[in-house]
Amino acid sequence: MKTIEILVIGGGPAGLCAAISAASLGAKVLIVERDEIPGGQLVKQTHKFFGSEKQYAGDRGIHIGQMLVENAQNDPNIEIWHASTVLSIYEDGVVTVEHEEKHTKVKPEKIIVATGAAENFLGFPGNDMPGVYGAGAVQTLMNVAGVMPAKRVLMIGAGNIGLIVAYQLKQAGVEVAAVIRRSPVIDGYLVHASKIQRAAIPILTRHTILHAYGDGKVEGAVIVKVGEDKKPIPGQEIDIKCDAICLAVGLSPLTELCWQAGCKMAYISELSGHVPIVDDNLETTVKGIYCAGDVSGVEEASSAMVEGRLAGVSAALSLGYGKGAAIGLQKEAQKELRQLRDGPMGNHIRKGLAKMEHNRL
Amino acid sequence: MLLNDGIPRAEDLAKVTPTDERLKKGPVVIVECFQEIPCDPCVKACKRGAITMPGGINDIPLVDFDLCNGCSLCISMCPGLAIFVVDKTWSEDRARVLIPYEYLPVPEVGQSVTGMDRAGKELGSFEVVKVNSGGKKNKTWTISIAVPQELAMEVRGINV
Ligand SMILES: Cc1cc2nc3c(=O)[nH]c(=O)nc-3n(C[C@H](O)[C@H](O)[C@H](O)COP(=O)(O)OP(=O)(O)OC[C@H]3O[C@@H](n4cnc5c(N)ncnc54)[C@H](O)[C@@H]3O)c2cc1C
Ligand code: SF4
Ligand code: SF4
Repeated sequence: MKTIEILVIGGGPAGLCAAISAASLGAKVLIVERDEIPGGQLVKQTHKFFGSEKQYAGDRGIHIGQMLVENAQNDPNIEIWHASTVLSIYEDGVVTVEHEEKHTKVKPEKIIVATGAAENFLGFPGNDMPGVYGAGAVQTLMNVAGVMPAKRVLMIGAGNIGLIVAYQLKQAGVEVAAVIRRSPVIDGYLVHASKIQRAAIPILTRHTILHAYGDGKVEGAVIVKVGEDKKPIPGQEIDIKCDAICLAVGLSPLTELCWQAGCKMAYISELSGHVPIVDDNLETTVKGIYCAGDVSGVEEASSAMVEGRLAGVSAALSLGYGKGAAIGLQKEAQKELRQLRDGPMGNHIRKGLAKMEHNRL
Repeated sequence: MLLNDGIPRAEDLAKVTPTDERLKKGPVVIVECFQEIPCDPCVKACKRGAITMPGGINDIPLVDFDLCNGCSLCISMCPGLAIFVVDKTWSEDRARVLIPYEYLPVPEVGQSVTGMDRAGKELGSFEVVKVNSGGKKNKTWTISIAVPQELAMEVRGINV
């Protein structure tokens, strides 16, 4: 059995920042990442990120990911297991991992869960046909594998992911027939929406998909305008020819390990589903288990990185590291998070966190 | 409305358009960013302090057109591709519009490209007069095109 001071589960922006900050205070850290390449969502984000300088705003996600991975790889206090999946966390604190095709046991003193989130699916007739993709899959095909996913795509969802993946499809030379969304307003950043409208990709709010059709694979879809009551308006159907339908209809936190570990959970819609209840330093109700990033509420890479830093510092401090500096670092991270969530785009997160606080009692 | 389809309308643009008097003085920035989002690279990009966010990172960028000299440095720094520079003094009948660009192929100086408005509607064919690389890491190009004066506030995209 391998022993380690801090086990970080997931090598996305949250996990990498958690490992780097804990290691910088002297803690020995193991990152376990299920993918071949660490970086989480960042490995396929070819666009520039928002936020401020401290969260590398203006840099492309892929570069931020590479930089974090390099920093972690160059840190003698950090070990990274690639292509290894954490399977379970047991009551006695033992964690099992599928590593180098073996079932391996790890006994960490502290655990930081940074498993991120998974894409939601959408129910409609024909959604089981080849050609119906999650936006993440399309992005991975294009930007990681360099494979053209389709010739003409219908994008469902006008959040940041739908808007950005539509833009990246256009960059890759794929035609985007339209971006549709059921509600009347765009929920992604308007600058992204304006950017794709300029590129002649129409955004149709108040539209939903009725069904996909095709002979064994997607050949088109019928969409329809919806009324105030969100119900389809008869006679307002539009036939869209396309060879792929891309779903960008939200993410749900990947919390299985938190459930298993016995963390207190709550359903908080503003945080996108069931999330572990954490305190101000991101410790769950199970002592020694921390959470950071999308797993405790779907948000952004910018906040995931700051949360990672906060969880890393907190876990290291609980092991006795960084006694002088840690409290200052925690305060700084908490302040950065407040600033990021301060505006109207942070409304739902603030609401969600208020519910989280209520659930702590 | 902008919120329904992402296309800025006259009432939105009125908030970010300099006066005719300022436009007559030389190149100037147009920041078409209308929503309070947590983002501030434009503030850091402008060394002249023409873009500020007094209330913090979620502010809508506040532009001082008198401090801006239209240097265009901020264009490629904006992750939203929301910043343009317009120079109505470029020639008697043509204005220069500087547009951020992240597609392939990258046009060359002298080439004609299709100019598009904010809804992606084609407005005509215009000459590329300058091409600036954002650099290896930044990768956003700034393309200057010459357009008829009356289209200076309309053309916001190009198709090569
Ligand atoms: C298309 C798109 C565009 C985006 N644009 C932006 C943007 O412009 N700005 C911004 O700030 N954010 C953006 N985001 C959001 C951002 O990418 C995420 O919020 C961020 O990546 C969350 O970080 P994370 O570390 O919590 O999770 P992730 O990045 O999802 O990383 C989680 C990691 O954990 C691993 N993992 C999961 N389970 C296990 C397990 N059991 N064992 C081992 N490893 C496991 C996964 O393989 C993954 O690598 C975008 C997201 C998408 C999809
Ligand atoms: S064009 Fe130059 S001076 Fe004007 S706001 Fe941008 S960076 Fe500043
Ligand atoms: S950098 Fe661009 S998107 Fe960000 S606030 Fe400034 S103008 Fe808006």
